[in-house]
Amino acid sequence: MSTTSTTFDRAAPPGSRLRAFLGRLRQGDEVAHVITLIFAVSILVITSLLVYKLWVSSHLSRAQFGWNFFWTTTWDPIFDKFGALPFIYGTLVTSVISLIIAVPLGLAAAIFLAELAPRKLSDSIAFLIDLLAAVPSVIYGLLGIFVVVPLMRTVIGPALKATLGDLPIFGGPNYGVGFLTSGIVLAIMVVPFIISVSREVLLTVPRDQREAALSLGATRWEATWQVVVPWARSGIMGSIFLALARALGETMAVTMVIGNNPKISASLFAPGYTIAAVIANEFTEATGDLYLSSLIELGLVLFLMTFLLNGLARLLIIATGRGGGRPS
Amino acid sequence: MKKMALLALLGLSLGAFLGAENLAINAAGATFPYPIYSKWFDVYHTAQPTIQINYQSIGSGGGIRQLTAGTVDFGASDMPMNDDQIKEFQTKNGFSVLHFPTVLGAVVPTYNLPQVSADLKFSEKALAGIYLGTITKWNDPEIVNANPGVPLPKDDVVVIHRSDGSGTTFIWTDFLSKASPEWKSKVGSGTSVNWPVGLGGKGNEGVSGLVKQTPDSIGYVELIYALQNNIPFGYVQNADGKFLKASLAGVTAAAAGASKNMPDDFRISITDAPGATAYPISSFTWLLVPQQIKDPAKRDAIKGFLKWMLTDGQQYNEGLSYAKLPKAVADKELKAISRIQ
Repeated sequence: MSTTSTTFDRAAPPGSRLRAFLGRLRQGDEVAHVITLIFAVSILVITSLLVYKLWVSSHLSRAQFGWNFFWTTTWDPIFDKFGALPFIYGTLVTSVISLIIAVPLGLAAAIFLAELAPRKLSDSIAFLIDLLAAVPSVIYGLLGIFVVVPLMRTVIGPALKATLGDLPIFGGPNYGVGFLTSGIVLAIMVVPFIISVSREVLLTVPRDQREAALSLGATRWEATWQVVVPWARSGIMGSIFLALARALGETMAVTMVIGNNPKISASLFAPGYTIAAVIANEFTEATGDLYLSSLIELGLVLFLMTFLLNGLARLLIIATGRGGGRPS
Repeated sequence: MKKMALLALLGLSLGAFLGAENLAINAAGATFPYPIYSKWFDVYHTAQPTIQINYQSIGSGGGIRQLTAGTVDFGASDMPMNDDQIKEFQTKNGFSVLHFPTVLGAVVPTYNLPQVSADLKFSEKALAGIYLGTITKWNDPEIVNANPGVPLPKDDVVVIHRSDGSGTTFIWTDFLSKASPEWKSKVGSGTSVNWPVGLGGKGNEGVSGLVKQTPDSIGYVELIYALQNNIPFGYVQNADGKFLKASLAGVTAAAAGASKNMPDDFRISITDAPGATAYPISSFTWLLVPQQIKDPAKRDAIKGFLKWMLTDGQQYNEGLSYAKLPKAVADKELKAISRIQ
């Protein structure tokens, strides 16, 4: 194994650089470099092609509706009127509900598994959690239809109405399907991602950190909450983004329990619709050119939303990263 | 030794290549007739081993798009191509496209009223009113008058429809458009529409699942799906004012009643057809065949298949719960095959 330093090469004249390159090529180092570079660049190429194709194919719809596409609420394939707002709303609301449920649950479970549980128990539970993450989403959808929907109609819904029924978000009729049900099913789907990744990250926190905190007189909980978790914060945030990305793009499970009605309602019991669900539902039978183009523009909107949310989240990490935690 | 093995392998693969003079024909489109189509293509392949028809059930919209783009040899759709689509096909390909009805389907209303055991009767006005949102209670006079003696609850009707684009929705909304001028002007008919009220379920199984889960709900599913899964369904009033429960015979009767005025291009809607025994929510489904097929072998194969499908092929329909074409329609189609050049 040679450990050639690139900073050294930069100073050398071009001829010798080429010779040095060929030398390393023979040793195999540069080959590995080029191959991995190609694979890394291919991600960029695939993403740009995706955006390019979405942009070009949504031309008709963009020309017809312009920015109004984002603000209008009618989705009418017969009269060729298309607006994305109810779908954007539904996608955001269901994702936010799922994170509100999944983040505390997942984080608490990860802390228990990484910090408090005996290693054997922790490993076997982690194995089961990884299995959960691999379950096809249609299975979660069926679980939603046959378990969560009846529960929502007979137990959860009435209980919420009895206690918090005065709030507008719990008003209106409760059919069992709707924003809240989708949020709950999504939460069940994304919680394994949060637990699995957060647990791994917490396990990588060096032992010294805990011992230092404990030796300063911190209780076990204080050491965990004030030292270990902040240290692992960026990794935990990463697990939450992964969960968010899955929630934003989930199709099958959501469409089975959300009611598929493009309306914006304050009530979480009301039926709604998400971007991924409407694309999956209507793409195969979309006959008009403008109709198809509008569905593709919805795909572009979903891509933009994911992009923006991820960007915002990354900014959030950078902004909060200065306060302490892992030294950079 | 190695060389000989290689030569033998080459010879073998060459032989396989020459021996299989298979004519592969590609088709794509509607999902509703997929079970009968795959049965037909399979039986036809056994009878004519050199002809292999590959059918992808990607949906009617996809079938029309692929046919227009020329990536498949023929398409299939649950709704006839409209004038714009035909014009687009013509400008792209230089010739027209022909419609061939293949089988018939029907859509039935299904509902969940725990305290009602009798089969409910729905007038045209009742179904249109429920789906428009103007009839909101089960004890609305429009429903009560058609069902004397049935104890209908005063609860709200929960309306359920298909969320995915589908030929089933097209047939249902086409019927509602004929039953109610208000529906026609406000909502219209198509594979997906802007529903005034209700919840959407994905696929027949999604709608029937939601209906089963939701008390006081009403939905619509394909007749075949209801028959195969023993889902109870109601009577519907036809154009003659009679209340009928959907059956394969009733669907064929609707086709026979409507096909007296069958246009030469076979693009006809048979919902709300005349005739005392005609079930009103019925429709043809079509194969879409280009008028000109350049490859003579392919042309003969497709023509041969169409002829077989309209005669011998029809006997497989009822085993799979599809209604047969009326004889008059099949005869008219047989004459139309010669238009393919």
